[in-house]
Amino acid sequence: MASTVTMRAVRDTDALSAGGAAGPAPATRVPSVPEEAVVPALAPAPAVAAAPPPARPRPRLGGALRPMLMNMVSIGLLLGFWYLATAYRWDFYIRFDNVPTPGEVFGEALRLLGDDKFVTNIGVSLWRIGVGFLIATVLGVVVGMLCGRYALFKGLVFPALEVLRPIPAIAWVPISIMLWPSTESSILFITFIGAFFPILLNTLHGVASVDTVLIRAARCLGTSEYALMTQVVLKAALPHIFTGLAVGMGVAWVSLIAAEMISGQFGVGYFTWEAYSLIEYPHIVVGMLVIGVLGLLCSGAIRLAGKILMPWQGIGGKENS
Amino acid sequence: MMGTAASTKGGHIDIRDVSVSFTQNGVALDAVSGVSLDVKPGEFVSIVGPSGCGKSTLLNIVAGFLDPTRGTASVDGSPIQGPGADRGVVFQQYSLFPWMRVRENVEFGLKMQGMCRSERQSKARTLLGLAGLLAFENHYPEQLSGGMRQRVGIVRALATGPQVLLMDEPFGALDAQTRVVMQEILTHMWHQLQLSVLFITHDIEESIFLSDKVYVMTARPGRIKAEIPIPLPRPRTADMTSSAEFLAIHHQLKALIREESLAAMGGELQDGGLGRDWHLGPEGVRAAL
Repeated sequence: MASTVTMRAVRDTDALSAGGAAGPAPATRVPSVPEEAVVPALAPAPAVAAAPPPARPRPRLGGALRPMLMNMVSIGLLLGFWYLATAYRWDFYIRFDNVPTPGEVFGEALRLLGDDKFVTNIGVSLWRIGVGFLIATVLGVVVGMLCGRYALFKGLVFPALEVLRPIPAIAWVPISIMLWPSTESSILFITFIGAFFPILLNTLHGVASVDTVLIRAARCLGTSEYALMTQVVLKAALPHIFTGLAVGMGVAWVSLIAAEMISGQFGVGYFTWEAYSLIEYPHIVVGMLVIGVLGLLCSGAIRLAGKILMPWQGIGGKENS
Repeated sequence: MMGTAASTKGGHIDIRDVSVSFTQNGVALDAVSGVSLDVKPGEFVSIVGPSGCGKSTLLNIVAGFLDPTRGTASVDGSPIQGPGADRGVVFQQYSLFPWMRVRENVEFGLKMQGMCRSERQSKARTLLGLAGLLAFENHYPEQLSGGMRQRVGIVRALATGPQVLLMDEPFGALDAQTRVVMQEILTHMWHQLQLSVLFITHDIEESIFLSDKVYVMTARPGRIKAEIPIPLPRPRTADMTSSAEFLAIHHQLKALIREESLAAMGGELQDGGLGRDWHLGPEGVRAAL
């Protein structure tokens, strides 16, 4: 967890100090799905949502262009390596002889995007993410808030959850197939499990770190317990909750893809695995790329929701600088 | 507005023989011991004393955040049971809800009372106008200076129309100039709304300037050392602080508090285990300085 967070913080400051006003630059640096996958199992105390250290804009010639140029060079190098390795069928312990070239993948991608079956696969995966993630959000936030606020509830519920938490969502696949009546419901369950724990833990942490003075202030303004929870504690914990949602979304994708590969019917994970079984190698890479893009879009959606729901965040910083 | 007529009748704070003990590392410590004080309706009363003397503990009891170990605390004859909107509290730290705009912060207490949107909106605007903050009603707390935030904090505490206002070193974090302005604004609002105020501070000048009566507390365990009436006429102005009368009271209070601060320091030196030679009473410390 710590490493992910610091990495993200460093990136943000990088983008800010180098570009300042270069709007789209940070968006392209959203951590992709696999990076966040490391997080859930070993994440005990998410000390997160810490604001990145204040950026000091250093005015510099070509300040806005430089990061863009570097992005292009970096991605260009990756593509170049991929092309050379596959076109010349490099074989040095790692074998590239069966890996499709960028051109093959690009052509297949164009064709598949017009293919109904492929679009259905994307739709199914998105629907599964939507449902699993929504249930995880509701349960994670509610249980997290109750645990954070009522010691008795936490004492009864949290130890059991702590036992289950270190088990990665993927390890749930066999038992999930046994537990749930249909493949569909077991895939939803695995997606849910992946997202649930990061959301729960961050909510709990957020509720626990609500400034006592805010609760006292609300109390002496005549706030009932219910209103205190919904209008003060929830709002104060919102930045932490959104950190949990961002991490949870990443883990949900990892879990979903694994579940689809193993037990699936439909979905981009299933599509990618099927491509391997059917020796349609370009499809494997198309599947991978689509999974990456979908993950990116979902993280972006959460960021956007956070900005809309927390308009007060970061306002003071702007005024000062 | 705010039922000014009714305010004159209520707001009597009565603290009788209150003691508070904490257990720290298995040892019982008295924070406050046998304190009695009262704030009459419409009176402005300050408590001063060395740090750690239990001033804030007393305020927390009246606010309802803390129950006394012994003794009773009541407002208008009814014992205090938990916090409530009948007692406004202004905190030392900034306590505005950062996710609400200034006006929403002020409206919050009214919303909790179930007042309808348009009514509470106009009430909040009236109060913000009184405090000179109407231009900032749509700002977030983050966008305000420290002085403005505390003004909003005061307005928010007053919005529900409490007859008692409890203030825990509210201007402690402000610079000297802002502090003076805030004191004038507070005096003005207190006069207009005829509130009973219990004000905690460690600033002697501030306590004299604002109060009708000042209680001086001893070092821990906190007891009432002296009750000093402040007979200065009102309205009070900034240049009064250099009058002979003001300075005489200042001198008297300073001497009382100095004694207690030295006692507290002497105690700390002993607690610090610096050895027998360093056991200094107040006299010893004075000599050493």
